[in-house]
Amino acid sequence: MNIFVLVKRTFDTEEKIVVSGGKIQEDGAEFIINPYDEYAIEEAIQKRDALGGKVTVVTIGGEDAEKQLRTALAMGADEAVLINTEDDLDELDQYSSAYILSEYLKDKEADLILAGNVAIDGGSGQVGPRLADLLGINYVTTVTSLEIDGTNVKIVRDIEGDSEVLETSLPLLVTAQQGLNEPRYPSLPGIMKAKKKPLEELELDDLDIDEDDVEVKVETVEIYLPPQKAAGRVLEGDLSAQVKELVNLLHSEAKVI
Amino acid sequence: MNAMNFDLTAEQGMLQKMIREFSDEVVASGAIERDKNKAFPVEIFKQLSDMGIMGLPFPEEYGGAGADTISFAIVTEELSRTCASTGITYSAHISLGGAPLHLFGTEKQKEKYLTPICTGESFGAFGLTEPNAGSDAGGTETTASLENGEFVINGSKVFITNASYAKHLALTAITDRNGNNKEISAIIVPTDAQGFTIKSEYEKMGLNASNTTELILENVRVPEENLLGVRGNGFKQFLTTLDGGRIGIAAMAVGIAQGALNKAVQYAKERKQFGKTLSQFQATQFKLADMEVKIQLARTFVYKAAWLKDQGRPFGKEAAIAKYYASEMAMEVCDEAIQIHGGYGYMKEYEVERYLRDAKLLEIGEGTSEVQKMVIARHIL
Repeated sequence: MNIFVLVKRTFDTEEKIVVSGGKIQEDGAEFIINPYDEYAIEEAIQKRDALGGKVTVVTIGGEDAEKQLRTALAMGADEAVLINTEDDLDELDQYSSAYILSEYLKDKEADLILAGNVAIDGGSGQVGPRLADLLGINYVTTVTSLEIDGTNVKIVRDIEGDSEVLETSLPLLVTAQQGLNEPRYPSLPGIMKAKKKPLEELELDDLDIDEDDVEVKVETVEIYLPPQKAAGRVLEGDLSAQVKELVNLLHSEAKVI
Repeated sequence: MNAMNFDLTAEQGMLQKMIREFSDEVVASGAIERDKNKAFPVEIFKQLSDMGIMGLPFPEEYGGAGADTISFAIVTEELSRTCASTGITYSAHISLGGAPLHLFGTEKQKEKYLTPICTGESFGAFGLTEPNAGSDAGGTETTASLENGEFVINGSKVFITNASYAKHLALTAITDRNGNNKEISAIIVPTDAQGFTIKSEYEKMGLNASNTTELILENVRVPEENLLGVRGNGFKQFLTTLDGGRIGIAAMAVGIAQGALNKAVQYAKERKQFGKTLSQFQATQFKLADMEVKIQLARTFVYKAAWLKDQGRPFGKEAAIAKYYASEMAMEVCDEAIQIHGGYGYMKEYEVERYLRDAKLLEIGEGTSEVQKMVIARHIL
């Protein structure tokens, strides 16, 4: 099994987002592997351990993303690839990310590609499906169970509060939903070995990609924080008075009825 | 070129993140109950064994991970931050149980005794303290007399951490007398040896989920080859061992204090009095600032002592400074954390009272604060 996992470096979920000058400030912020990608890495490791083969984790980003790749190697991935666009590109979007990944993966003969369901920063959930389309392979999103038997694959996927069972075949791209597995803590020997595992760094040139080919199609108009939530109000008095006041407030203050 | 550098290495950073998550997600839950029920955290240590943490600083050939002392300090701090009983169990396992075998054991002894410690099959323990002897080795009364190629050991040890869960441990005993001088040696003794009784009946102030035992040895026989290190060097070897152990105790102190500060910060932001949160009162802010200062200073010095050890340089004075300062500041920080919590701080549910009870041991174990000051003074006089 030749397995690839798409990984994204994202803000720590505990991190406070600060917007300044129309940009999210990254100084001093902690970064993590996108939590949904951790399910993808865990699943890849389990499938490799059961079926043999190799797990390669791939990310697009800058030098800093090496830390997240090393963590994936410490969890048990075999190799890592950093497609470094720091010098070539100012911006990436779903289109350009999928295109770059497809150029990298097109001759790799991947049996299985795993990604997170969404990244917790952009939250588009598009890169996986777009990539599968560019590679011309099957894809299934939000999977919570993955069974592989030869080239046949049985999948359970999450469909907003219910499950869907379906069958498909390799080569395949799936995106991981919470519940697929319980990602392991990297072991200490894993951490100590991570540095010695191969980490290949590529630039757009190495993939024969012209900067014009990956010009973003999404324009960011504005970045702002959600409005501060005001403290809730507790209505008082007997029940009928409270109901009356609530209706009144919904009409005159919230203007929803 | 060696330049000043306060950054953790990539491995240390990854380990810190991993063990911090583990501590929050696994160790923290149940800490109140374990304290109450004196329940040893067996399951937590099973997981730590699977994660390869139990043999952290020891060579890979014995099943260790070959990590450094700073990594050991990081793990000890993070475990202690949510459960100091788990922290001391780990610290003693590595620095008192494993370290003397690693430092003074023969190839054969390491294979036989260090390997199960690295895999977590056996906990590490160390038998030094006696009813009349701790830092004063002269008071040692346990004897080991050589008879037909066997040491016959008689005596007792007190306050020994982890022994109920150890398959073997090293202990000090008098192997000869020269007038008034006692020749003290270290000997490895299997805990299932005939005549070896281990009791854990202490009623302690804190660290209730850790295992503290009394050892009674009545004609316990072990082969002469169980001598650890050089005959007559037993006490000197254990002083070296304690230098490393003090880094562990100091790291525990930093962890407990950090845990107490985190609780105090959280509470101060939530608790309202006189229409404001406690955190809006300067009286609270000054307390929290003082706590932060103390913790930062202590941690920096723990890392320095650990770094010196990793460089193979003398670190005895720095380990004593770290242990003395960190353990005293931990008591102060825990005390203030309770004060910020007011009446709730006196209640077990809010955990800071446990932090204080647990922290007290750090001013006592592996050399009291006063002994640390003796060590420090000896270095500057």
